Amino acid sequence: MVFLEKIEKLATEARARLREAGDEQALETWRIAHLGRKSALMELLRGLATLEADERREAGKAANLLKTELGDALELRRRELGAARIQEAETVGRIDVTLPQRPLQEGRLHPITQTQRDILDAFVSQGFSVIEGPEVELDYYNFEALRIPKDHPARELMDTFYFDRSDEDDSKLLLRTHTSPNQIRFMENCEPPIRIVCPGRTYRNEATDPTHEWMIAQTEVLAVDEGLTLAHLKGTLFEFAKRLFGQERKIRFRCDFFRFVEPGVDMAIDCFLCGGQGCRTCKNEGWIEILGAGMVHAEILENMGYDSEKYTGFAAGLGVERIAMLRYGVEDIRHFYENDIRFLSQF
Amino acid sequence: MKVPIRWLSDYVELTTSISEIAHRLTMAGLEVTGIVRTGSDWENVVVGEVMEVKPHPDADRLRLVTVNIAEETFEVVCGAPNVAEGQRIAYARLGARLIDARSGEKKKLKKAKIRGVVSVGMICSELELGLSDEHEGILVLSPNAKVGQPISDVLGDTVMDIDMKPNRSDGLSVLGVAREVGALIGATVTEPELDCHAVGVSIEGRAAAEILDSDLCARFTLALIEDITIKPSPSWMQERLLAAGMRPINNVVDITNYIMLELGQPIHAFDYHKIRDGKIVVRRAKEGETLITLDGKERSFSASELLITDSSGPIAVAGVMGGFDTEVTDSTQSILLEVGNFDPVSIRRTAMKLKLPSEASRRFAWGISPALAPMASKRATKLLVELADGKAAAGMVDTFPVKPDPVIVHLRKKRIPQVLGVDPPEEQVTSSLTSLGFAVTVANDAFTVTAPYWRRDVSCPDDVVEEVARVIGYDHIPAEPLAGRVPPRVPQPVRELRERTRDILVEAGMQEVITYPLTSMEVLQRVVAPESLGEPLAIINPLNVGQERMRTSLRASVLECLAKNLRVARGQLALFEVARVYLPGEGALPEENEHIVGVVTGARIDRWRRPTAEFVDFFDIKSYPMRLFERLSVKVSVVAQDDYGLLSGRSAALFVGDDRVGTVGQVHPDTARSFGLEQATFLFELKLEVLLSHVPSITRYKPVSKYPTVEEDLALVISQTQDSESVLQVIQSHPLVASARVFDEYVGEQVSDGKKSLAIGVSFQAPDRTLTDRDVAKAREKIMARLERTLGAELR
Repeated sequence: MVFLEKIEKLATEARARLREAGDEQALETWRIAHLGRKSALMELLRGLATLEADERREAGKAANLLKTELGDALELRRRELGAARIQEAETVGRIDVTLPQRPLQEGRLHPITQTQRDILDAFVSQGFSVIEGPEVELDYYNFEALRIPKDHPARELMDTFYFDRSDEDDSKLLLRTHTSPNQIRFMENCEPPIRIVCPGRTYRNEATDPTHEWMIAQTEVLAVDEGLTLAHLKGTLFEFAKRLFGQERKIRFRCDFFRFVEPGVDMAIDCFLCGGQGCRTCKNEGWIEILGAGMVHAEILENMGYDSEKYTGFAAGLGVERIAMLRYGVEDIRHFYENDIRFLSQF
Repeated sequence: MKVPIRWLSDYVELTTSISEIAHRLTMAGLEVTGIVRTGSDWENVVVGEVMEVKPHPDADRLRLVTVNIAEETFEVVCGAPNVAEGQRIAYARLGARLIDARSGEKKKLKKAKIRGVVSVGMICSELELGLSDEHEGILVLSPNAKVGQPISDVLGDTVMDIDMKPNRSDGLSVLGVAREVGALIGATVTEPELDCHAVGVSIEGRAAAEILDSDLCARFTLALIEDITIKPSPSWMQERLLAAGMRPINNVVDITNYIMLELGQPIHAFDYHKIRDGKIVVRRAKEGETLITLDGKERSFSASELLITDSSGPIAVAGVMGGFDTEVTDSTQSILLEVGNFDPVSIRRTAMKLKLPSEASRRFAWGISPALAPMASKRATKLLVELADGKAAAGMVDTFPVKPDPVIVHLRKKRIPQVLGVDPPEEQVTSSLTSLGFAVTVANDAFTVTAPYWRRDVSCPDDVVEEVARVIGYDHIPAEPLAGRVPPRVPQPVRELRERTRDILVEAGMQEVITYPLTSMEVLQRVVAPESLGEPLAIINPLNVGQERMRTSLRASVLECLAKNLRVARGQLALFEVARVYLPGEGALPEENEHIVGVVTGARIDRWRRPTAEFVDFFDIKSYPMRLFERLSVKVSVVAQDDYGLLSGRSAALFVGDDRVGTVGQVHPDTARSFGLEQATFLFELKLEVLLSHVPSITRYKPVSKYPTVEEDLALVISQTQDSESVLQVIQSHPLVASARVFDEYVGEQVSDGKKSLAIGVSFQAPDRTLTDRDVAKAREKIMARLERTLGAELR
């Protein structure tokens, strides 16, 4: 029974060594030594052929049993070690998860860009196309074509930057004071139906203070078609107000005056902070004025070659900064273009 | 426009609360921006009657006054010269809070001993009540004031401030606002009394007027009031003027101002005896003609200005300011009242040119009805008779060469729902318009509407529609979702690219800024080469120094922004802006091109966000445009090239095909310093429109090879002036090369002078088979041969 004794000895040795193996590498070394092709057990198995049939059966059985046992023991030990590693990771290896994350480079869109996009989306989703136009504009488009002739007191409502290029009234160059010239430029080249929304920078030659800035991002809205009414204007703006200030918003129109619309209105929303109860933001009015709008003046439609008996249209113009101030609770409009990173990085 | 409520209620019965009236006015377009209540702080001040005035035993200038306030009497020491028995005065009880004449602050009134006599309470001056600066004498109330009544009931008033829009010149009058209120609350409006007792000798033959330029003067009236007494106007008039924001002067001036505020028609009063021959001619100025105006300044005129003249020459600038020589003074005995109707544009220009904007010129510039002139003249005459003891000459000179036709508008009934989206009943339309003073007749399918003389803003059907909407209220218009045809979308490729660009750069870690487009020549010169500077568009009326020119480059603005933020930010700072530059050209308008400028500076931060010793370099800034190109699927080539304001040898041009789409480089230290940037600063600039033509609208998919890649590293030695990009181009031109990238650059002892070593990782791959070692070796040999031949490279 020399053979069986050898197996027993091998088994004792292998079991002892396995207990000593403390990591994955040691386990692999153990596996090669005890179960590998050149291991003593394999040698032994290969030597079975030289034995007598009876002895061979018995010895073969014992050797194969050992091989299986060692294989299982290896797997068990591997699991033990794995579990121990995890346990160690969960105890000794605990980390302070409140430490700061590794920094990624950070950048943000300017809050005016963000608000401008939200405004545009509200109209694009209602079938409007985004159109842009020049900032340096002819007097004709900025004023004359919008029924604001030279020397009209309505010009006093819009202090204007002029350029030194031309003295001819119509070709006088200026910085547009509103995005409304886009209405004329678009209607000149297109036929109804029209639905456009025109974002862009506009400029007013006036001193700055917490509510006045000489550069203003505006958005113009224009729709012209058969059958459009003030009720459609209200519906379109209602949709806009809900998207920007919450689904539960209410809107209110009141009469206002703009030369290029008739009737002209001013749209207010019920205060989204106090729900119309009155607070500082709404100056205790419960309502916050948001934008000016109205039905495109029939004279303008006629000047554009449209039959004003057949077609009607509505227009609206809104200040992006005003909307952004309301949304973000910014109390001073000048913060936007001071470009202080401590301000910009909050949005 | 400040509207005192007491005054307003002269013309319309206010059947509802002030706040409700203010709300309705606001909703109807006359925006009430403030409601100020005067007198709310006059507690413990009541109407008193002066019972007795005795001399003070111990002071010549002081008197002992006994004041009765119905149930009690008090003895008060008073220094006012005008106190007299029988007067109704404002008596302040102890504890009243009055304005102290010396400090201008409010003080609580206490019992005082003045020169040995105890004074209980006080008789108030206007100043002490905060009504005006008047402190010479006490405020004398109307004899009708009820003794014992709180003073706030007598003098207190509520003033609405209305932001009037320039279409509504009628709203620049208390009567105009009263008409509006009447229509909105359904109350009757009482017109002011015009009839006066004109008993004097007729004006005929004593004054005459001629309009030579009727295009600038539609109507002109004269009235003559003689034997007047110049004195302060009565307290009720002074109170109203003060409440409306005008200073009382004397009865004549106050009456002209009062009528202007009441009716909206400015009036000018001449001293009749200072007018030569009594004949007035209204005409354009002769070139260079001069007049010394009321303010003592000599003014010179051109033919576009309208003057009031007598036989000696100009006596007033029509609608803007009177002349010094014909001014009403304390010794004036007779008044010649001028009421004109002048051309809005002419008055506006003249007032602007002479820098004399006034309440009067504003009303003319907004346009007023010629019907107002005789009304205002009569009303002023009446008040001058009553309040200046004058004798009015019978009759009036009224020159009215061209009488305008009344404005009649035909409004199809269908137009109202076509515009408003609601169809109010016919009776409601009619009653709404009638309440506003419109005359309405109804035919089958149309309303014929005649506007009242004061509504010069109504001239077309939609104007009338708006009037209807104002009265019925905009809350009755429903919100209807937009229906009907949706027009085709208009593509805006520049805009779409710009917005993608913004997102990509932000995602890459840059902060967007938005800066002003106006800058100065000096600032532009720092970033634009002299030969490219040209003549940027100049503003003729700049708001601020340094903001006169439209920028032709964004570089300066973004660098300025960076410098400002360095004061507050630590570590790496990366900013960008996408905006327009304005390039003057041949066309009527300048070219407005969109540029992107990004800048980066500062030390890289460590895992704890602390700045490290490692500073950003050229390859940091290069990341941003390269990321952008990669995302936009644009193949760009980077070519070493100097650029104005950038450091030579550290700047590059970015080409797509033959188009230069931009620049990247290190800002020249001198340029950086001119913006206050003392540290290495890097910049890139892209031209959006140029880039646009190279951005594929959609990316076409390339099949991924199923076969494995073979990775090989090459180490080459080439001339130091040779750029790595051309090496890569040669390598990538081999068909079996899937990709190649530089992973090291070495200059130093290991290579000879003027040479550098580049380590390049190359991936070989074929689309249709697994490459053998031989395939790769052959390809490698071929590539090396080409590199050697074209670039003089050798294997290391």
